[in-house]
Amino acid sequence: MPKHQITTTINGDEVDFGCHAGQTLLDVLRTELGMTGTKNGCGSGDCGACTVIVDGRPVNACLVLGVELQGAEIETIEGMAKGRTLHPLQQKFLDHAALQCGICTPGILNMAKALLEKNPDPTETEVRYGLAGNLCRCTGYDKIVRAVLDAAADMRANG
Amino acid sequence: MGTVTELKYESPETAQAVVALLSGVGPMARIFAGGTDLLVQMHEELIEPTLLIDIKGIPETREIDVTADEIRIGAAVTGAELGEHQELKSRWPGIVEAVELIGSYQVQGRATIGGNLCNASPAADSVPALIAAAAKVIIAGPNGTREVPAEEFSVGPGRTCLAAGEFVTSIVLPKQNQRSGDAYLRFIPRTEMDIAVVGAGACVSLNDDGTCASARLALGAVAPTAKRVAAATDILQGNRLDDGVLAALAKAANDACAPIDDKRGTIEFRTKVAGVLACRAVKIAWQRAENR
Amino acid sequence: MANENSTTNYKWVGKRTRRPDGVDKVTGRARYGDDMTVPGMLYGKILRSPHAHAKILSIDTSKANALKGVKAVLTSAEIPDHPLSQPPYAPIINDMHDISRNVMARDKVLYDGHAVAAVAATSERIARQALKLIDVEYEVLPHVLDPLEAAGRAAPILHEDQFTYSADGLSDKPSNLFRSITGQRGDLDQGFAEADIIVEREFTSEPVHQGYIEPLACIATASEDNCVELWTTTQGHFVIRALCAKLLNMDLAKVRVTASEIGGGFGGKNTVYGEPVAIRLSQMTGRPVRMVMTRTEVFRASGPTVGSRTRIKIGARKDGTITAADAETWYQAGAFKGAPVGRAAETFFSSYTIKNARAVVHDVCVNRPKVAAYRAPGAPMAAYAAEGAINELASRLAMDPVDIRIKNAVREGDESLMGTKYGQIGLLDVLEKVKSHDHYSAPLGNNQGRGFALGYWMHGGGLSSVSAHLLDDGTVTVATGNPDIGGSRSSMRVMAAEELGVDIELIKPIVADTGSMGYSHLTAGSRTTFATGMAVIFAVREIIEKLRALAAKKWRLTIDQVTWEAGQAVASSSSRGGIQSLSLKELAAMATKMGGAIAGHSEINAGGAGAAFSAQLVDVEIDPETGFVTPLRYTVVQDVGRAISPDYVEGQMQGGAVQGIGWALNEAYIYDDQARLQNTGFLDYRMPVASDVPMIDTVLVEVPNPNHPYGVRGVGEPCLVSAPAAVANAVENAIGQTMSSLPLSPPKILKRIDEAQAAGG
Repeated sequence: MPKHQITTTINGDEVDFGCHAGQTLLDVLRTELGMTGTKNGCGSGDCGACTVIVDGRPVNACLVLGVELQGAEIETIEGMAKGRTLHPLQQKFLDHAALQCGICTPGILNMAKALLEKNPDPTETEVRYGLAGNLCRCTGYDKIVRAVLDAAADMRANG
Repeated sequence: MGTVTELKYESPETAQAVVALLSGVGPMARIFAGGTDLLVQMHEELIEPTLLIDIKGIPETREIDVTADEIRIGAAVTGAELGEHQELKSRWPGIVEAVELIGSYQVQGRATIGGNLCNASPAADSVPALIAAAAKVIIAGPNGTREVPAEEFSVGPGRTCLAAGEFVTSIVLPKQNQRSGDAYLRFIPRTEMDIAVVGAGACVSLNDDGTCASARLALGAVAPTAKRVAAATDILQGNRLDDGVLAALAKAANDACAPIDDKRGTIEFRTKVAGVLACRAVKIAWQRAENR
Repeated sequence: MANENSTTNYKWVGKRTRRPDGVDKVTGRARYGDDMTVPGMLYGKILRSPHAHAKILSIDTSKANALKGVKAVLTSAEIPDHPLSQPPYAPIINDMHDISRNVMARDKVLYDGHAVAAVAATSERIARQALKLIDVEYEVLPHVLDPLEAAGRAAPILHEDQFTYSADGLSDKPSNLFRSITGQRGDLDQGFAEADIIVEREFTSEPVHQGYIEPLACIATASEDNCVELWTTTQGHFVIRALCAKLLNMDLAKVRVTASEIGGGFGGKNTVYGEPVAIRLSQMTGRPVRMVMTRTEVFRASGPTVGSRTRIKIGARKDGTITAADAETWYQAGAFKGAPVGRAAETFFSSYTIKNARAVVHDVCVNRPKVAAYRAPGAPMAAYAAEGAINELASRLAMDPVDIRIKNAVREGDESLMGTKYGQIGLLDVLEKVKSHDHYSAPLGNNQGRGFALGYWMHGGGLSSVSAHLLDDGTVTVATGNPDIGGSRSSMRVMAAEELGVDIELIKPIVADTGSMGYSHLTAGSRTTFATGMAVIFAVREIIEKLRALAAKKWRLTIDQVTWEAGQAVASSSSRGGIQSLSLKELAAMATKMGGAIAGHSEINAGGAGAAFSAQLVDVEIDPETGFVTPLRYTVVQDVGRAISPDYVEGQMQGGAVQGIGWALNEAYIYDDQARLQNTGFLDYRMPVASDVPMIDTVLVEVPNPNHPYGVRGVGEPCLVSAPAAVANAVENAIGQTMSSLPLSPPKILKRIDEAQAAGG
């Protein structure tokens, strides 16, 4: 059975990949493309560790198939920093110690980025509900929420 | 020496092509839209289809078509898209709320209203809201299209009324009365990321004098399928929302329950909370009708 | 986020600095267990039992072997057997006989999810398909899930060769009860006779999973000369090496284990699951084998913590003095013996000076996955019962719940029930801080309740090795043998920089593999910052010693004429007025020309980690019509000894509290009547999500541990010990009724409210 040949844009670069019909975007990223920054926590859309952005929307990469992505624009954690400059969310996660083990961090950063694009000035409650699809077992969420609120304030101030 | 069977993927551009594919392959073919139920079932090896038919390339499954009379929602419209549709949100806030409760923001970007319906879970959030709204399900099949009321679509856990070769193309919301409102509430043990233990959808229309002109109440997760509480209509019609009416409403909701004990809740709990949520949902729908 | 009593004498200790591994983790560069690939690797998958208890009559692997792409199929015949341990037993049992059977069932399956066979294939899809082609014939046996029932005479027996062990020897008949641990002092009868009031309660708790987000994953590469390279996500690669080598009869030195970055563990990654199987499959095929568990497998087959059934009785005088306390509890060990019974006995009453006390803890096998450690193993469920009973005692005496604890609190010199003598401890400081905290007296609204509980944990020390190297540009690598699960590299760097008196950026902390370091015990038991941190300090001190010698040599002085101050060797003024100092960088450059590279080592068995206490205040609101619980406010007050990295100390306390919220309210293993696990995913195993919890305020009380150079105590565990008890107490106070069975799920709460209303309450 030949693989499907798909052309997408990942983090601004044109990327071709081959995939079987049942192969998820998560599997394509991690196995076919070696982009392991997108994490595998459950495979059922419950943990959010594989959150990436497809055509402007945050999705669980484990619940998207590679074959349906012809022409899609995909953003992953590997593209979040611009060159050697970390995204404000990445900076604030380091400043606030908003990670312990770090396995949920790429997914949370992507979800937070999507959240702030839609709502640049969220309340604590909005951040919490916005991140409800991203499990973190280490931090109790406190420092994550603070980091996102602080990054939002910075991003508003710096336009 | 055996080999692994291969899954195939097709993305036809017309409903007729979907019907042809379905008719050719039979039950081992699955309709694929948002995939948020289907891919989980495949991951857990609960199902092993041989063909996925992606219907997102068919324009009518992806559109929200608003006319003065009706609103037609394509089966593959996602929760996020419904939430961004201002007209729909102001006319049917309960339905939008229901669909927006399904999963996280990430799931919302993918999960579709048609998928929620076709997965036929007794706990599907959109279904009580659609039943309360008297929505119709539009089905394409080998013999053309047909319409089925939302409350008749699911016939048991995981089972629908779809015949061989049929699939859902869209859902139609009827014309509303002048002063009407809808609402959907569910109970889950956390604030997010759970399956409804009880769901309650309500739709209320008011007379000029403030009494109820008509009402529909439906419950989810308390029976093998989401079901309409017909008695609620009689209890509310012609009346105001006083304590006696609410008590009768709660009792009607309790009586309509035929739930099970499972990992998500007990019979006792579901029955009691169904009454609570029924009253709360009707109150919200009533308020919305008053504010129209 | 108060940081109490913090001294300002330190340059780095107690400061908030960015963690050294942070950038890799926010950019996706960090490599976790599942992020590694090796050329030519095969995919390993495990077939698991659908039955909770059954004899394996036969396994036919021929069809799986015939599938194209399958390179090996394995059953327990490929895993060496080991004799059963014999009494007297160690406090913590690593029984190779049991571990061998847990990684691959031998003649019986003992729980839903028990491994029965494994395959290695060229793709994951082929491996999955191959599992379906393995025919296993079972004879299903009656099962038992409840520990009380399992300990009874009529229960189905899991192990025909297991007999109850006691001081009198072994029982005549096989039993699911493996052993009972008793901690006792004083005269219970007399103590209860002295009491004016006695509270008697029963409490139950269900097994809960550690819930780490990263599934178990490893890659094994076995070579023809009997060497193995293993990459795995673990809390202790030295322990994994020991278990794999012993289990597979290999030489320790030939098994080299590299710990990946670890995506959470909480005790759940302290032992082996797929590793020995991956090694055997690699030996059978001559190719690397990768083994990654699905989330479902993690829930079904990796250890949760114990569930418990507890009876407790506490008596006190009217003034609140506790005169007697007696607890008996049955702990579910899962399919194999080894529930954390000693720790449970230690936990029950060890925060209090109760003259007459007893705790009896039974270790009982049931048809559930073998329990693993989980953050203060055995303690939170004991504290749930003990603190619950003491809260009721306070309530019935109309006494303030903190005051009753102050009245009975242990002090320096007192002993725990299991005989541990307390050194300098901060319990009273913690309790006083709770009373003065504004949360303690903040008003509550309707349907709201405030809970309070105290948690105790005796920390571990143990074996740690560190190797520190000064490089010729003046930078320093500090290698430890402890996986960094929550920021330990940050703390190691801080302590090394503090000792050396240099900028933290000059220090590069590293987690080294088992081939590069001396033995280091697990990153567990809150021991790493204490024990491994101490080894870091000693290793760096050895470097300083060598640098002083080097400077002395250069200056032609004796070493005692050279001191180390603020990152420099300084000649004492009495010896050489002219010479001022040599910096670390200057000395580093000189070193290779004057005798060789400079390194410091430390291989220690650290003792004296000591006890710590965590007090928690939590407010909840209950929806009286649905039983839904909303945690509104949460404060953790804890004696942390000394916070090396306050950010990560707070993070431990916050994370522990939220795990406790989950444990108290919704998390549980749910089985059907065939003892098949019903909630094998995050959807129905309900861990708290961000919108379920409030901010978690922390108060760091710093009463230094005299047995560590900087006063470090463990932090990660006491904060979970008290959390379920505190949340449960808040729920009780919100509804005005006692509740005794975790989780306090909405159906249970609503039922309790309705019962009370029906009773006219």
